[in-house]
Amino acid sequence: MKSLAELQAIKDKMKDKVVLREGTGEIRVVVGMATCGIAAGARPVLNAFVEGVNKENLSEKVTVSQTGCIGICQYEPVVEVFEAGKEKVTYVKMNAEKAAEIIESHLKNGNVVEKYTIGANQ
Amino acid sequence: MKELSLNILDIAGNSVKAGATRIIIALTETDETLSIVFEDNGCGMTKEQVESVTDPFFTTRTTRNVGLGIPFLKLAAEQTGGSFSIESTPEKDSPGNHGTKTTALFYKNNIDFTPLGDVVSTVTTLIMGSPATDWLFTHTYGEKEVRMDTAEIRGVLGDDVPLDSYEVIEWIRSSLEEEYDSFYK
Repeated sequence: MKSLAELQAIKDKMKDKVVLREGTGEIRVVVGMATCGIAAGARPVLNAFVEGVNKENLSEKVTVSQTGCIGICQYEPVVEVFEAGKEKVTYVKMNAEKAAEIIESHLKNGNVVEKYTIGANQ
Repeated sequence: MKELSLNILDIAGNSVKAGATRIIIALTETDETLSIVFEDNGCGMTKEQVESVTDPFFTTRTTRNVGLGIPFLKLAAEQTGGSFSIESTPEKDSPGNHGTKTTALFYKNNIDFTPLGDVVSTVTTLIMGSPATDWLFTHTYGEKEVRMDTAEIRGVLGDDVPLDSYEVIEWIRSSLEEEYDSFYK
């Protein structure tokens, strides 16, 4: 492994930030990561969300997590977006490029990208 | 699966679901072979369950009646002339010492060998998905070794910084990438 001293520096830098991060997370992005999702390409989708959310400084309001099989394997990779007081949005047949669009439009500006939702793909 | 690293991501997920607090993923390569061993201290399986997990129509999940994770890995190993095995001790038989060990052996020079692919992404994805688990990942090839032990990382970070913090995950990623830079040389 790399030098653990670097990790110590990360720890010192993050102490205050972590306190801030807890208790927020108004938007939850959940990526299906069962066999079906993984085989269909969910890993790069998850990584695109994790990276994008952090690069766009959205990590205080958006949390990204993994889940098992959502039950619609033919639409994998599937991503669900939960937001308090709003209806769940289900994005289907995802890839990293679509994830970038969703971060910009939906997570940043609140506009659902209809063309990638399950409703537009049935 | 297009890469064995995706099978690894999938199969290690079974250990997480089995409630394991410690999961070891050990890759050992020679010029001819690659062995992938998963070892966990999860709830384990009965003899009957172990016999049925390679059957695609057996699964613990409730959304549908097929489970393809283990059959995929077994097929990927056997199509190279390799082998696959699972040993498990269920918690109810052995409360102090239970868990599952899954081994897949591949012949790398066989035309049907699936490339390993992006193992680094698999390891970071696993840690992000289950940051409270102790993960030990090793990959050896002769004298060369890549190693990631989250217990050591936790030793430095303490309880203040969770392992799934973006900065920590990026550190893990770059640490692994650095080690892989000289791995096959």
